[in-house]
Amino acid sequence: MTEAADKWVVGGREFTSRLMVGTGKYATFEQTAKALEVSGAEIITVAVRRVNLDRNKESLLDYIDTKKYTLLPNTAGCYTADDAIRTCRLAREAGMSDFVKLEVLGDEKTLFPDNEELLKAARILIAEGFTVLPYCSDDVILCKKLEDLGCAAVMPLGAPIGSGLGIRNPYNIKIILENVKIPVIVDAGVGCASDAAIAMELGCAGVLMNTAIAGAEDPIAMAEAMKLAVIAGRLSYRAGRIPRKLYANASSPLDGMIG
Amino acid sequence: MLIVLNGDPFEVSDNATVATLLLQLDIKRERVAVELNTDIVPKSDYDKQLLSADDKIEIVHFVGGG
Repeated sequence: MTEAADKWVVGGREFTSRLMVGTGKYATFEQTAKALEVSGAEIITVAVRRVNLDRNKESLLDYIDTKKYTLLPNTAGCYTADDAIRTCRLAREAGMSDFVKLEVLGDEKTLFPDNEELLKAARILIAEGFTVLPYCSDDVILCKKLEDLGCAAVMPLGAPIGSGLGIRNPYNIKIILENVKIPVIVDAGVGCASDAAIAMELGCAGVLMNTAIAGAEDPIAMAEAMKLAVIAGRLSYRAGRIPRKLYANASSPLDGMIG
Repeated sequence: MLIVLNGDPFEVSDNATVATLLLQLDIKRERVAVELNTDIVPKSDYDKQLLSADDKIEIVHFVGGG
């Protein structure tokens, strides 16, 4: 039951780490690079934005070894299928990879997915040969539709993006896990290490987070905590927990008591 | 001639290509994607893709994101 024997596959690629991390919101590029390294993540998300023509040309990729990490470009900030598709096409040209984290947002306040637009975009992108990992609601019917379309994974939210509220509805995640065959990755909502462990103990293939690490008082320490939590949660899941019981069950023998 | 580069007017020479534009901007082609009037320009076409007045060019790259 070692980590090495517990690899997982998404989009035809094999990974050991089940922690996927974002690269936004860090104080410096140096801090980003250090947090990524300490987290042990193999898949990292990036955003696609206009090149800034006025400032210096220093870029995130100057600090990140693109041979070491699988870049997962996102469509953050897209509110329509058309915008998300356009962003994915640009990402593929910039990165030479078909992997995309597809998110189509419905509302600025909640950043909840617009699932109707998400399905529309996923269908078109898959037909164009993209490997689509969609950020979606924790809704099993939707996840099954995304699986049927040919998505490489489903990435239901644990709670709103950046909220740190944890896995608000573990039963919905459990139902998704029981009903889809592709990897289920909790994306968004994790606030601390125990949240990540809970996602893994439910049986998720992985966890994706950004703010929980980048926004922590000590991002590097939190990156390590998340790495350990994901490993511990996965081991705990595979070890098989005891059933929950209402009453006590003594751990020490009842025989041989003094008196 | 004037083109629209990342939303703003930008002056390029009359025989400019995508490749000469990137050179003028000191941008490495490996790390960007270029859109010409909402169509992707494949990297293999940068040297031959001529620009015309009022073309809308978008040059994007990867930044930190979640």
